[in-house]
This record gives sequence, C-alpha cells and structure tokens, in this order.
Amino acid sequence: MHEISLLEEMREILQQQARRQHFSRVRQVTLDIGKLSCVEPEALRFAFDVVMKDTLAEDAVLVISVSEGIGVCQNCNKRMSLESLHEPCRHCAHPFVNVIEGADMKIKDLLVV
Amino acid sequence: MCGICGCGQPEQNHAQHSHHGHEHHHHDEHETERLVRVEQDLLSKNNRYAEQNRAYFQRHGIFVLNLVSSPGAGKTTLLVETIKALKNDYRIAVIEGDQQTEHDADRIRASGVPALQINTGRACHLDAHGIGHAVKALNVEDNSLLAIENVGNLVCPSSFDLGEAHKVVVLSVTEGDDKPLKYPDMFHAADLMLLNKIDLLPYVDFDVERCLAYAKQVNPDIQVMPLSATRGENFAVWIDWLKHNLSVKDAA
Repeated sequence: MHEISLLEEMREILQQQARRQHFSRVRQVTLDIGKLSCVEPEALRFAFDVVMKDTLAEDAVLVISVSEGIGVCQNCNKRMSLESLHEPCRHCAHPFVNVIEGADMKIKDLLVV
Repeated sequence: MCGICGCGQPEQNHAQHSHHGHEHHHHDEHETERLVRVEQDLLSKNNRYAEQNRAYFQRHGIFVLNLVSSPGAGKTTLLVETIKALKNDYRIAVIEGDQQTEHDADRIRASGVPALQINTGRACHLDAHGIGHAVKALNVEDNSLLAIENVGNLVCPSSFDLGEAHKVVVLSVTEGDDKPLKYPDMFHAADLMLLNKIDLLPYVDFDVERCLAYAKQVNPDIQVMPLSATRGENFAVWIDWLKHNLSVKDAA
C-alpha cells in the first residue's frame, strides 16, 4: 500500500498550497495518474478518505483522470501509445522504447474555499 | 535538529518520523469555491531527496546499492556473505528496512559492520528522506560500500528512488520463474538481477532459461547473475562485480 504514502504526500502538498494560495478548505482534488505509473486508482480512492480525515480536505471529492502512456522508440524514433512499461516498439519491434509521458502522478488542480 | 529537511526532529529515530500535523479549518458556507492550479507530482519530494542523497554519495565516494526482493529471497544472507568476502578490504555499512524488528540489523552487526534498522511500520518501502537521515545517523564513512536492504516487497519499492547507484533485484529459485512478468515494474526498474539459491534447482520446478527470458522481456538491459549465497556457487561473480564497481568509483 504505497498509496498511503502518496496520499500523505498529497496531504502535505495541500497544506502547503493552502498557505501559499490562501484557502482553508479543499472540496475537490483532481489527480492525473499516468497509465504507466505504479499506482492503482482504486487503492488511492480507498485510502483517500482515511488519510484526509481531520484535515482541510476532509470530505473532499477525489477525481482521478488517467492519462495515456506515450513512448518514443530509441531505434526508429516513432512515437506510440504504451499500455505498459515494457513494450517493444510496435513499428520496428526494437526492445527499447523511452517513456516520455504517463509515468507520473500529479495533483492537477483543487476546488477550494 | 534535522539538517536535511529542517523538520526539527533529532537525528536518531528520525527515519520513522512523519511530518504531518493536523490542520483544522472551519468551514464557512458563504465562501465561494474557486479552482487553484497545483501541477505537482506526488513523487517529486521523494525524488528531490533522492537527488540530494545521490549528490551526497558522489561527494563522499559512497557506492550505494538498493537491494529489493520479495520476502525470503535471501537478501540478508546474501549481504552477510558479501560482508564476509569484502570486509577486510573495504569499508561497508548497511541500512536495513523492515516493517518491524531489529533482527536483520542484528545479523549484519554480528558480521562485523555497522548497520541501522529502519522500521517502516505500516509502510511497505523505504523512502529517500528516511535514507538521508539513516546515512547521517550511521555516520557512513567516505569511500565505502553502503548496502540498503529494502522491505521485502516486489511492488512498492520500485517507485521510490533512494539515490542509489544500482537497484539490485534478488529472485530465488524457490519462487516462480514467472516473477519478472508478474511484477514487471520492479524488474524494469532494476539493473541487476541476482538469481539466488541455485543450489536448490534440482529440488524445485524452476526453469532458469524461461525466467531469464521473462526478465529480458521486461528489461532488455538487465544484467543477470545466477548464484547461491549459502553454498557459494558463482558467488565470486557477484563479488568481482562489486570490486570492479568499487574500483571504478575510486578512479572516478
């Protein structure tokens, strides 16, 4: 359950943002999860309410958008969508494809008061 | 006081601390909602600490390995045997990660090198922040080998860079030969795989060739060393690899 650590990190970011952007409550958190990141959206949802209890984000709604994985082949330089981290190039079958998008998990924006 | 993150905690026991205070806010129904942009990665803090660790290790000539595996693959035994082979010629320190107990750190200390145990509690992995503090608390000497034995778990530690030079995944032949396909993230993140307990191959149903093919499938770059830490088969290959890396580091 590294999802709990990630949510604890989220809680800290929310507290920092509250000071920086002057708000006192978070109503909604929009999270952008890359398809290639090592995180399970359902596990995040499950732990979200627990970790946010008694904080400025208690009762906030968690919106998760899953973004596509994109890679560029090291051999033929073609761009392609990726379903997993370890796919060969679908154009030339070269085994090395650099992941350029979809490996991160970002807090996109917050609905706050 | 924590000199790394300014969090005001003493160095000792710090590896287990958590920063989170509760902030209570009272909701005012009359306030209007607004949207604020954040665009911050949830792993960015860990990655910043990892880079800080990496720079520190480089400045001090510390060669760092992050050993990962499922529980019971033989990481601690492998470390004890590695220490026996190297401790007369190299300075070695070990950081042990487990959810509970000092057992592994005790085993390492008994082999004659300093070790610090991080108990992660409910967490399933070590993070870069905890490692930074552990390195200070252990007083890791310059120009040494630092082995970090991560929590036995083939999933979560793959996401957390600790600032190591190499992530080494240990797989034993008493596990399934399809582990690389079942836990691809870890085998993708590692650059060296030690296939341990090969002395048990006659007694288990484990296809080495198939396992290696699976590992290469998820990570074409991965280097593989089959060995037995307890019986010593091929163990010299691993020791030579370490010596080579330690000498390259000294020359750099």
